[in-house]
Amino acid sequence: MVITIESLTKRYGGFAAVDDASFTAAPGRVTGFLGPNGAGKSTTLRILVGLAEPTSGSARVLGRRYGDLPNPGLEVGVLLDASAQHGGRTGRETLDLARRTMGLPAARVDAMLDLVGLTGAESRRRVRDYSLGMRQRLGIATALLGDPRVLVLDEPANGLDPAGIRWMRDLLRGFADDGGTVLLSSHLLAEIEMIADDIVMIGRGRIVASGPTRDLLAGVGTLVRSDDAAALGAALSAAGFQVTPTADGAVATDADLAAAGRVAFGAGLAVTELRTADGAGLEEMFLELTAADQRDPASTVTTNGAAA
Amino acid sequence: MTAVDTTASERPAPTLAGNRRPAPVPMTRLVDVEVRKMLDTRAGAWLLVSIALIAGAVVGAVAVWGRDDEVGFASFTSMIGFPMQLVLPMVAVLAVTSEWNQRSALTTFALVPRRGRVVLAKGVATVAVAVAAGVVQLAAAALGTFAASAFRGIDPAWDLTLEQASRAALLDVVALAVGFGFAVLIRASAPALVAYLGFVLILPSLSGMIAGLAPWWAEHGSWLDLSLAMSVLGAPAVTDEQWAQLGTAGLVWIGLPLAVGMRRLLRVEIR
Repeated sequence: MVITIESLTKRYGGFAAVDDASFTAAPGRVTGFLGPNGAGKSTTLRILVGLAEPTSGSARVLGRRYGDLPNPGLEVGVLLDASAQHGGRTGRETLDLARRTMGLPAARVDAMLDLVGLTGAESRRRVRDYSLGMRQRLGIATALLGDPRVLVLDEPANGLDPAGIRWMRDLLRGFADDGGTVLLSSHLLAEIEMIADDIVMIGRGRIVASGPTRDLLAGVGTLVRSDDAAALGAALSAAGFQVTPTADGAVATDADLAAAGRVAFGAGLAVTELRTADGAGLEEMFLELTAADQRDPASTVTTNGAAA
Repeated sequence: MTAVDTTASERPAPTLAGNRRPAPVPMTRLVDVEVRKMLDTRAGAWLLVSIALIAGAVVGAVAVWGRDDEVGFASFTSMIGFPMQLVLPMVAVLAVTSEWNQRSALTTFALVPRRGRVVLAKGVATVAVAVAAGVVQLAAAALGTFAASAFRGIDPAWDLTLEQASRAALLDVVALAVGFGFAVLIRASAPALVAYLGFVLILPSLSGMIAGLAPWWAEHGSWLDLSLAMSVLGAPAVTDEQWAQLGTAGLVWIGLPLAVGMRRLLRVEIR
């Protein structure tokens, strides 16, 4: 594993911002770190890149503490907050300072500006005059400058327009397909669903779910429908499967499609519908977490409405 | 962003060959970066340009309107020194605090996680800038001496001794260190600048007031009051006791803020 978070805890006074969190991020995959605002994502990422000390537990990248990397910019690209850049410097100068720190050739700056789609004129403007989307691109350019094999990004899609989000998605996809490791956080399930191969979901500082996106989203198994739902349910539980009747008279079960079909056939029940259940499990869990942490009811809309 | 270049990602990302076993970032590179950071913003550039402008204005004014005995090399050097001592520490303060005010610390310390090295590089960089400013100071003073004596038809007075020059330089470095220490301790531009200006402009008169009320302070204040201890450096001769007072007062006003500030800076969460 390229990134390993182990029993990580961070307390501020009595409040545990991160509470015994453990997860990993693997090479060649995009790992989405999903959770409502204030769930502990940023704190975890800050600890990972050595900007904060954990109360207990450990965070390692490439088998080492981030702080022990001799020239971290060449191994791990980091973008934690695109607005955290000196407003009085030009975008080009901001990149050039990072390039000099890492000890890279000057041509690298132009290559990165080109890659993130900032024009020469834009690069000579001061960062305080940049839109959030441009800052996000500049931040990505800084993260990619040292040609790292690992990317750690906190809410990288913030401030990007739909085309920008698609650009970012393609970029990260390509990075992971080349064997790179991407850990990115988001508070938007739709955004994570679209890009992440693996999902780690955090709520109130605790990891509440983690695994491959496909499994998590398909985690609730099979939906079977028959005219006699009670008999179907009884047959499935007699066969040793878990059974949950749904509101509209079907049966959700952890049996796979073939097993559910055979059980129904064996019980002499005509199946009227048989399919993989909707991936409602993760979304419901996420909405529940979000709702419970919601201080401002109006912002619920942004949480589930801003599909990219 | 007006037009989004969605084709950018279709090009393969340019990669660097052979950097898989990185060497540590050398100190020289960090100092170079920190010097650039002091010059590459409008605020930083103007502070430094203002030093040259002030030096020029002071020299010009004194050359034209000053008395004959004021237009010597030593006198010019010390006159230019006053505004420099005020401005240079402000450069040092901003070198540290702007990382927090502008939040660029997030990138700086992600690239160099050993924060002590960054602070050390900033310290070296501010001294380097001060040395450059010292050269400007001497050049302006020499130019002024030459021009003023030619203008007045008197012999130029090249009366600056090496000892005076080194003491003036020490004064610059001490003032710089005070600003730097405050900045490390406070880590916010405005309060750190206010603290430094308070040290330069208010502390001396405050200390004088206390001395008027408390005879003990009048006699022993120089051991603790750095502005008082610094003021004797301009005198023709400095006694061993006065050097010792500079040392103890320096510990209080530079050593203590730096020690406490560094302890916190090395651990504080960078947000």
